[in-house]
This record gives sequence, C-alpha cells and structure tokens, in this order.
Amino acid sequence: MAVGLEHYLTVAAILFSLGLFGVFLNRRNVIIILMSIELMLLAVNINLVAFSAYMQDLVGQVFTMLVLTVAAAEAAIGLAILVVFYRNRASISVEDVNQMKG
Amino acid sequence: MAIASFVFYLLAAVLVACGALVITVRNPVHSVLFLVLAFFNAAGLFILLGAEFLAMILVIVYVGAVAVLFLFVVMMLDINFLDMRRGAQRYAGIGGAVGLVLLVEILLVVGAWQLDPALAGTGAAPTPAAAEMHNTRALGNLIYTDYVYLFQGAGLVLLVAMMGAIVLTLREREGVKRQKIADQIARRPEDEVKVVKVSNRAGI
Repeated sequence: MAVGLEHYLTVAAILFSLGLFGVFLNRRNVIIILMSIELMLLAVNINLVAFSAYMQDLVGQVFTMLVLTVAAAEAAIGLAILVVFYRNRASISVEDVNQMKG
Repeated sequence: MAIASFVFYLLAAVLVACGALVITVRNPVHSVLFLVLAFFNAAGLFILLGAEFLAMILVIVYVGAVAVLFLFVVMMLDINFLDMRRGAQRYAGIGGAVGLVLLVEILLVVGAWQLDPALAGTGAAPTPAAAEMHNTRALGNLIYTDYVYLFQGAGLVLLVAMMGAIVLTLREREGVKRQKIADQIARRPEDEVKVVKVSNRAGI
C-alpha cells in the first residue's frame, strides 16, 4: 500500500482531538457536542479499519460495524432526549440542565 | 502508487478541514453539512483501505440516517444559535490546551511504534485475497458464522434504541380528539338507546 499505517493513525488522532476540542468550544450547544462525539467515533472507526487492513485481519472491520451501530443508537437516543428537554425548557443549553441540581 | 498517495492526502486534508469546520462554524446547519462531507471523505479512506462494505455502510447509515436526523432536529428546534456561542472564548483556551496535549500524546505513541510486517495475516480471521473473495462476502462469511452473537447483539442495541427514542418522545396531548376503535366496537344498543313509554299529553 502506498501510505503507511501511521498516516491513517495520524489522521484519526487529529480528528479525535478536534472532536474533544469541539466539546470544550461549544459547551452550551448540545447538538454540536453530539456532533463532536460522532467525529470522535469516526476517528476510532478509521483506526480500527486501518489496523484491520494492515494486519490483514477482518475482525477489526466486524468491530467497526458494532461501533457504527452503537454510534447510530447513541445519536438517536441523544437527539430524543434533546427534543424532550427542549419541549420542557424551550432551550438546549447545557447550563439549563440543572433541575437535578447535579 | 503515486495516485493512491495523492488520493489519501486529498481525502485526509478535506476530512480534517471538515472536522475543524464542524466545531467552529456559527450556523449548526452548516455544521451538519460539513459533518456529512467529513463522513464522505472517511468513506473514501475506507475504500482506499479495501473496506468497501464499511464505506458504503458509512454513507448509508451516517449520511443517510444520522446526519439527516441531526439536520431534522436542528431545523425543528427554534433556537437562537448565536446566543449559544456566548462564552465560547472563555473555554477555547483550556479546550485547545487539552486537545493539543492529547494530540501530542497520541502522535508520540504512534511515532514511537511500528507494526511488525510478520504479524500480518496471523490474526483470528485473516483477510482472503481480493481476487479470491471480495470484501463484502468475506465480512458476511465472518459475521454470520463466528460473530453471529455480536451481530444479533448489534440488532438488539438498535431495537432498544428505537424503543427508547419512541418512549422518550411519545406524548399524550390534552384536548386532541382521536378515534378510539375499541370503544366504538364495545358499544351496545342496550347501553345507548332507551325506549321510553310516553303517556298521552304528558311529555317526558
């Protein structure tokens, strides 16, 4: 293959760090935080597929499918909670999530 | 080989740029659209790695379902998104520091480490040669035999997520008139109709 494994790992590392940075940068907007989590999961998937390709082992790709499933489920549940929260408080700011005084 | 390198660098550059734009643009709709582009580029990287099936799954599941769900929610909620960015600068410094530290740490690990070429093909499920069996068939052979419980578990996760989303968002509204078929069928003439003997000139 033309490019080495470390190239893919570097791209995934940058993407993961961007996702983490996004959580800090958009502390108030839950939708962008969910999108940042999706970016981090995508970085993990790139890592898994890259290792699977360079190790010549298909198990990594099977596991990637599981991560994809969990990511889709997480997005669905997260957005459902968001819609319910917006219905109750007319806001999606993280700072308004204080009813339980946590 | 040169073309493959060029395609990799192009896809990787667009992917990282899209990732940066997702978290920095002001309009969340643009954010979702950049997320879609990032997923497309990641699918391109998967194809470059020989994982065609996962690339197509990524496009179908992420772009077709998850990103559209995000777009739907962003457009459905009536929110002043400019207000959301207030105080973003306060946390940009510490967030950038944490992100940078994490990136440097990961890169140090990646840089100090190398894959032993002798390890290739010694795993639990070695990839068959591309000429012999394509990626989709090889994955299917694996997930319907050795990893069938994992596959069923993934289906269960999706089922529970679907039920959870329905339970969370379903609500009974007050003051909405709905047809209640069971009540309609359960009506009997003797409950609803009364025969009254009316005497002459008396009225009821």
